[in-house]
Amino acid sequence: MIENILTASVFASAIRLATPYMFAGIGEMFGQRSGVLNLGLDGIMLMGAFCGYYAALTTGNLALAVLAALGVGAAMGLVMALVCVILKAEQGIAGIGMYLFGLGMSELLFQQLVGTPRAIDGFPRLPIPILSEIQFLGIGEIFFNHNLLVYVAFALVPLALFVLNRTPFGLMIRAVGQNPAAADAMGIKVARVRIITVTVGGMLAGLAGASLSVALLKVFQQNLTSGLGFIAVALVYFGRWRPIGVLIGALLFSFVNALQLQMSAIGIDIPAEFAVMAPYVITLLALIFASKGTDKPTALTKPFDRGG
Amino acid sequence: MPIALRSLTDRLAQSAPLVLALIAALAAASLLLLALDADVGAAYSALFQGAFGSPNAAAETLVKAIPILFVAIGVCIAFRASVVNIGGEGQMIIGALGGVSTALAFGATLGGWTIPLALAAGFVAGGIYGGLAGFLKARFSVNEILSTIMLNQIAVQIMNFLLNGILLDPTEAGMNNIPKTARIVELAELPRLAIGIPGLIDPPLFDRTRLHIGLLIAVALALVMTFVLWRTTIGYRIRAVGYNERAARYAGIAVGRQMILAMFLSGGCAGLAGAVQVLGLQYRLQTDGSPGGFTGGAGFNGIVAALFGGLNPIGAIPASIFFGGLLVGAQTMQRAVGIPAALVTTINGVIVVFVVSSRIFVQARQRARANPPPAAPIASAPLPEAGS
Amino acid sequence: MKSRFALVVLFVFAAIALAIVPLSAQDDVFSVAAVAPSATTDLAFSQSMFDALTLLDEEMGEAFEFTFQEGTFIVDDAAVALREWASSGEYDLVIAHGSQYGSIVEELAAEFPEVSFAWGTDVNTFGLDNVFAYTAASDQGGYINGYLAAMISESGSIGVVGPIEVGDAKLYVDGFQVGALAANPDVEVNVTYIQSFSDVPLATEAANAFVANGADVLTGTAQMVVGPIGVALENELAWFGTQSSQADLSEGAGVAFQVYRFDVILKDMIAKIGEGTLGGESYTITLENGGLEMVVSELMSDEDMVMVLETIETLTAGIIAGEIMTLPEMMEATPEATATG
Repeated sequence: MIENILTASVFASAIRLATPYMFAGIGEMFGQRSGVLNLGLDGIMLMGAFCGYYAALTTGNLALAVLAALGVGAAMGLVMALVCVILKAEQGIAGIGMYLFGLGMSELLFQQLVGTPRAIDGFPRLPIPILSEIQFLGIGEIFFNHNLLVYVAFALVPLALFVLNRTPFGLMIRAVGQNPAAADAMGIKVARVRIITVTVGGMLAGLAGASLSVALLKVFQQNLTSGLGFIAVALVYFGRWRPIGVLIGALLFSFVNALQLQMSAIGIDIPAEFAVMAPYVITLLALIFASKGTDKPTALTKPFDRGG
Repeated sequence: MPIALRSLTDRLAQSAPLVLALIAALAAASLLLLALDADVGAAYSALFQGAFGSPNAAAETLVKAIPILFVAIGVCIAFRASVVNIGGEGQMIIGALGGVSTALAFGATLGGWTIPLALAAGFVAGGIYGGLAGFLKARFSVNEILSTIMLNQIAVQIMNFLLNGILLDPTEAGMNNIPKTARIVELAELPRLAIGIPGLIDPPLFDRTRLHIGLLIAVALALVMTFVLWRTTIGYRIRAVGYNERAARYAGIAVGRQMILAMFLSGGCAGLAGAVQVLGLQYRLQTDGSPGGFTGGAGFNGIVAALFGGLNPIGAIPASIFFGGLLVGAQTMQRAVGIPAALVTTINGVIVVFVVSSRIFVQARQRARANPPPAAPIASAPLPEAGS
Repeated sequence: MKSRFALVVLFVFAAIALAIVPLSAQDDVFSVAAVAPSATTDLAFSQSMFDALTLLDEEMGEAFEFTFQEGTFIVDDAAVALREWASSGEYDLVIAHGSQYGSIVEELAAEFPEVSFAWGTDVNTFGLDNVFAYTAASDQGGYINGYLAAMISESGSIGVVGPIEVGDAKLYVDGFQVGALAANPDVEVNVTYIQSFSDVPLATEAANAFVANGADVLTGTAQMVVGPIGVALENELAWFGTQSSQADLSEGAGVAFQVYRFDVILKDMIAKIGEGTLGGESYTITLENGGLEMVVSELMSDEDMVMVLETIETLTAGIIAGEIMTLPEMMEATPEATATG
C-alpha cells in the first residue's frame, strides 16, 4: 500500500509544485529581510506569467520569455518599492493594490492580445546526464528530470544563503531590516537597499509566474496562479526568513499536496475537501511543533524616516 | 470633544490629498480606457451613476459596504493589539456557517429571537476561528499572517464539506447536488431598511431596494467597538499591548490573553459579516468552491477600508461606503460602457495604490500642525510591530 | 403582444423616473442580457453560453442583440447586474448562467413578473411562470467519451480531473465512468475532484499524478482543464473534453468533445416569449434535441476518425433510443439494459 502511495513520482511532483513557491518565496524573503512586506506577490506573478507566456507565444524564444517575465516583475517590484520606501505607504494595502492591478491587468492583456488559451512549446524536460539515470530510491526521477527553471529555483537556495550571509550587501540587508537607524548611522543607504531588495523580489516573482506559464503549465488563463502568491508570502513566515526555511516550507506544502493527488489518482477514497485542506493544515501543524525563536526583521513593515 | 468625533473632523481636514490622489488615479486609469477605445467620460459618469446616481444605486453601494465595514471594524481591533488579521475571508465563512445553521436549526420555533441568536452564533463562530489564530500566535508564536492565510483556505473546504453533506438543501440531494443550504425561514430574514417620514420623505428612501438593517447593526457595532477600545479597561489593555508589548508585560498585562481576545473580537466582527450576508441578502449559504464567490472579497477589502479609515471603527464607516461605491459603480461601468471586468479590477488596484501613496502628504500636513491626535495613530503610521 | 408593449412602455417611464440610464426599448429587437461566472474564452461553461448567443446574433442579425457580463463569480455582483437588467425593462430575456445564481433568480422573478428569466444548469423553475430553467444531460456525452476512452486506452487506466462534485460536472464524470466500464469492464477510471473550477496548477499536477500511475487517457471538466490538456500534449496521451470544444488547444491529443449548444433551447425560449409565454418550462439539452453535440478532432488518422465517428453514431443512436443507460442510477433500475454498444 505505502509503496503505491510514496512513489518517486510523488516526490518529483512535489518538486515541480514547489518551484513557483521557491522563486517567489526567496524573492519575498529578501524584501522582508530588509523590512518591506510585499503582499502583492500574486499580482506580480500573474503579470510575469502573462508576459513570459506572450513572449514565448509570439517569438518562440524562451530566453526572451524569461527576460520579459523578469522585466515586468522588476518594474512592478520597483513601483512597489517606490510606493513603500519613498512614499512610505502602508505596505499591506499597497500590496493588495498591486495584487488587484496584476490580477486585472494580466487578464486584460490576455483578452486583448491572445483571447483564448493556446498552448506553447515552453521549457522542455531537461534530464541531467548520468544523474537522471540513478535508479536508487528513484533519485534520478525525483531530482534530475525536470525543466530548466526547476533547477534554477532550487539553485537559488545556496545563492540566497551566500548573498545573505557572506556578502557585504547581505549584511546591509540584514542591518536595514533589524535596525535601520543604526544602519543609517553606519552610512548604509536604507532606502536604496530596500528598493533593490524589493525590485529583485519582484523579478523573482515574475520568474515564478513564468515558471508556471512557460515551463510547468505551458498555457495562460485568467488568474492562473489562483492565489499561489499569498501562500508564498505565508511560506516566508513559515521559513522564519531563512532560505532553508523557505525551502522546507515549500517542499512540505507541495509534498502534502502531491500526496493527496496521488492518493486520489490511485483510487483511495477520501473526501476531496479534506484532501485539498491537508497541505494547509499540515503546514500549520508543522509550525506549531517546530522550534520557537524567530529571526523576524524588527523593522518589517516599518518605513524608515531619517528625521525621526 | 469625543475622540471619535475629533478624528472624524481631522479626517475631513486631511481629505484634500486623498481627493487629489483619487483624481490622479482616475486620470491614470483613463489612459487604460483610452487604450481600449472606451468613452472615458461615459465610463466615469457610469461609475458615479452606478454608485450614487439613484436611490437604488446608493442602496446597492450601502449593501456592498456592510460586510466590508464589519470586517474593517474587526481589523481595527486586531491592529490595536498589533495583530494583523488577514483572515477575514475565512472568519466570514465560518460566521456564515454558524449563522445559517442556527437559523436552520431553530427555524420559526424561536419567533423573534431567531435573528439575534443566529447573529450571535455568527459572531461566536467567527470569533472562535479568529481566536484560534490569536491562540496560535500567543501560545506557539505562529505568525498570524501565515496562520490566517492558511485558515482562509481551510475555511473554504470546511464550507464545501458541510454544504455537500449535513447542511445540503434536502431538495437538492439526488438532483443537481448544488452545494447550498436550505432557505432560512422568513422570520430569520433581516428586515429591509427604508427611511421615510410620512408627508416629508414619502415614498420612503430606499424602498424596494435590497438595503437591510445590517447597515444599522454595522454602524452600531462601530460605535460599540470604539467605546470598548477607548473607554473600557478591556480596550485599554488591548491598546497597551499594541502600543508597547514589553511595557504592557511589565505593567502586568497578560499579553497573550489580550491578543487572543483581540483576535476573538476581530474574528467575531468578520463572522457577523458572514452571518449578515446570509440573513440579510442571500437567505441561504451556497458555494462555488472559492472563498470569493461567497465573501465577494470583503475579507480583503475590509483591510483596505480599515486602513483608509485610520484604523478606527468610526473612520471605517466612510471608507467602507467609499469602497462599496467603487465596487458597485465599477460593475455598472462595465455594463454601461462595455469595458471588460478585468479593467475594473485593474482600476481598483490603481486607485488603492494611488490613495495609499498619498497618505504621506496627509502625514506631512499633520506634522505641520504639530498636534497629532493622541492615542489615535493614523493609517499612515507604521503597522505596529507584530512581535512574538 | 399589445399588453406586453404597454408594460415595456410603463417600465421605460419607471426607469426614467428613477433616473436609471434612460434608453428606450426597441420592441422589434429581441434583447438578451446574460451573466456568467468566468470568462467568455474559458473553453468551458461560460464560453458555451457566449458562443450560443453569438451564434444567435449572427443568425438573427438586426432582430437580436445581447449584452454579456463575464467573470461574475461573486454571487452578489451577479445579483446587482440581474436586478439592474430586470428593473430597466429593456430586456426580453435575462439569463443567469450558473447554478449558484438560483436564489437570486427566484427572488427577482417573483418581484418582476413581467420579465422573463432563464437560469441553469438546474431544473427548478420555482413554480414561477416567468422562469425558464435549463440543464445539460452531460452524462450522455460523458458516456460516449468514456466509451471511446476505454476503447483507446492501452494501459487500461484513465484519469479524470473534476472541479467540485456537483451539477453538470458530476453528471459528466458519472456518465464517463459508466461509458468506460461498458466498453471494457476491466478498465480503471480514477477521479480527482480538486475543489476548484479555476486552479490550473493543481489540476495540472492532478493530471500528472494520473500519468505517473499509468493513465494514457485523460479527461476533465471546468475551465482549469487547460492545465491537464497540456499534460496530455506533453505526454502524447489522448484527451476528451466537454462543455466547449477544446480541439484547437488540445491539437493532436484531443479526440472527442461534448459541446453544449444552448442556442437550440434559446431559440425555443425566444419563440415562446414572442408568443407571450415568459417561462415555466424546464429544458434539458440532450443528444436528441441537438443541444449536445459531439465534435471530433480533425487531427486524427483517417482510420481512427472512422472508428471514432462510427462509435459516436452508434452510441448516440442507442442513447436517443433509450437503450443505453448513461448514469449509474439508471443502471441499477434496469441492469439488463447496459449491454448495448
